[in-house]
Amino acid sequence: MRPTFSIICFTVLSGMGYGAWFLLGLGYAIGPRCEPHRFGAGGVSAMQCGEPFLTHAGFLLASALTCAGLLCSLGHLGKPQRAWRALSQWRSSWLSREGVLALLTFMPAAWLLAREIAMPFVAIRSSPEWMPIFEWSSNVSFHSRLSGFALAVGSLATVYCTANIYASLKPVRAWHDRHVVPAYLLLSLYSGGILLLASGAIWVRGNWMLLAGVIVLSIAGAWLKHRYWRAIDALPAPYAGHATGLSSFGEVRSFEAPHTEENYLTHEMGFVLARKHARKLRRIALVLAFLVPGVLALLALVVPAIGVPAAWLALASGVPGLFVERWLFFAEAKHAVMAYYAR
Amino acid sequence: MTSLPPPATKKLGLVIDLDTCVGCHACAVACKEWNDGGDFGPLPDADPYGAEPHGVWFNRVHSYAVEPGIGNRESGMGKAPRSTPLSTASAIPHSPFPIPGAQAQTVHFPRSCLHCETPACVTVCPTGASYKRAEDGIVLVDADKCIGCQLCSWACPYGAREYSVERGTMQKCTLCVDRIYNETLDEIDRQPACVMACPTRARHFGDLGDAESAVSKLVAERDGYALMPEFGYAPVNRYLPPRPRRGGCGDTSPHPDPLPGGDREKSGDAEFSGVLRWLDRVLSR
Repeated sequence: MRPTFSIICFTVLSGMGYGAWFLLGLGYAIGPRCEPHRFGAGGVSAMQCGEPFLTHAGFLLASALTCAGLLCSLGHLGKPQRAWRALSQWRSSWLSREGVLALLTFMPAAWLLAREIAMPFVAIRSSPEWMPIFEWSSNVSFHSRLSGFALAVGSLATVYCTANIYASLKPVRAWHDRHVVPAYLLLSLYSGGILLLASGAIWVRGNWMLLAGVIVLSIAGAWLKHRYWRAIDALPAPYAGHATGLSSFGEVRSFEAPHTEENYLTHEMGFVLARKHARKLRRIALVLAFLVPGVLALLALVVPAIGVPAAWLALASGVPGLFVERWLFFAEAKHAVMAYYAR
Repeated sequence: MTSLPPPATKKLGLVIDLDTCVGCHACAVACKEWNDGGDFGPLPDADPYGAEPHGVWFNRVHSYAVEPGIGNRESGMGKAPRSTPLSTASAIPHSPFPIPGAQAQTVHFPRSCLHCETPACVTVCPTGASYKRAEDGIVLVDADKCIGCQLCSWACPYGAREYSVERGTMQKCTLCVDRIYNETLDEIDRQPACVMACPTRARHFGDLGDAESAVSKLVAERDGYALMPEFGYAPVNRYLPPRPRRGGCGDTSPHPDPLPGGDREKSGDAEFSGVLRWLDRVLSR
């Protein structure tokens, strides 16, 4: 399959954004209770509590990546102005479900984001008669836990739908594989964790849980991708005899293609470049996406002083690594129709 | 609505005879011509007269050489097995055009939408643009609703759908729905353009849901088969397999040997000559 840049951007960036949203949502939902500060004369931020994953920069960055990823997905459409129609067929289509959940998840995210960042900002400048509204809105114990829970569930469900868009396609054997959905979910969480680490490190909190989580997920991610690659290497290649139903007559060999030039099918589904360099690219993906961030997180855990540069380096290595991983996910997959073309 | 309609009794589709297809591409050209001007057209091309023409065709004709393997020889040729298959034989070493084995047969294979009973291309569509008609089972794309996400083309293992870069939407075979119900045409012309154009009558159109229809009888008589049924999409179109080759036809004997000083002796033909060889061929039928 042709690795289209817009789809790679979409799956990597929005996967990262939703993964971070899941962790943030979890932080709100089950994190330690925090006492909202009264908006006093000093006007300090309302949320000066020690919730484990909670950072303003992380939330903003995750939201920006989610939006960027979703906008990239529009770039793949022939008629992006009709994208709203994709919300209609959630009963049958994973793509439609993904669109619906992606937008629904924006509701708790927007609510939390507004309360986190905008409200204290406005509160400082607003007159006292507005205060009751802000006090209600900063009723952390209930509203934020509920919104956090909705954010976590919605984010996970969105990534689950994204993975199933690919996993449900039987003609692409490498995608119709049991490793695909777990890998999408795991890599989303993992990359979200790296993102929060990088953004949270600026606020310097002792978030050892996040570091430990990134280490565990980097090992699990590398192991899962290794298993996946072994599984797809063992798949039999589609062949013309089977596709034409003529194998009982003998060996079927294509001697003349239907067209002399490329067509949509050969262009979109006959991508062969990756298979040549697969081994090398897989190693690059493993090192950049999993090994380097995992080792850096381990170092940061042992030596907290290097936490900030380590987190940024992990992000700088992890994102290109995930792009290579996702490029391979598309480029290595063979479509059943290519059997007719004997490619 | 991309959920599938309840199973219909009427299943319009094509039956393609791989025995008589001569690979002339007339069906593909007639299809392109009709659909360029039909209700679902146009089918615009990029660079149509240039170096790299590129555009949507609903019908593509592949050509295959089918070589019986050792122990898999069909059609009562009754010859002694060769020590090596001729598939690797080539007059010129490392030639990109290997001479097919003497018993290879050519099969031309037109490929178009099979109008499956449970098509994944319909259910994956997020917009409802892709749909299956409840009344006759034809699978269509509503170009006014299609967002051009191309997921349906990924979901089809038969390559039935092609995306039009020029139009920004997906296009596919309509089974000439704008011909087969078209009352401005003579009744005899209310058939898909590909069927009308075929000079060898290798294409047949009809209701495959009706066991008494001409096409259903043809399928039963000739052991027509569906393509890649294991996907579970239940294609409606059927392919009729090539008939068994009659002994001698296309065999080594009437032709000059592909290999200089070749292996005619090994093929067993050398045992007979003249009238006897003719008799052998007749009796081998």
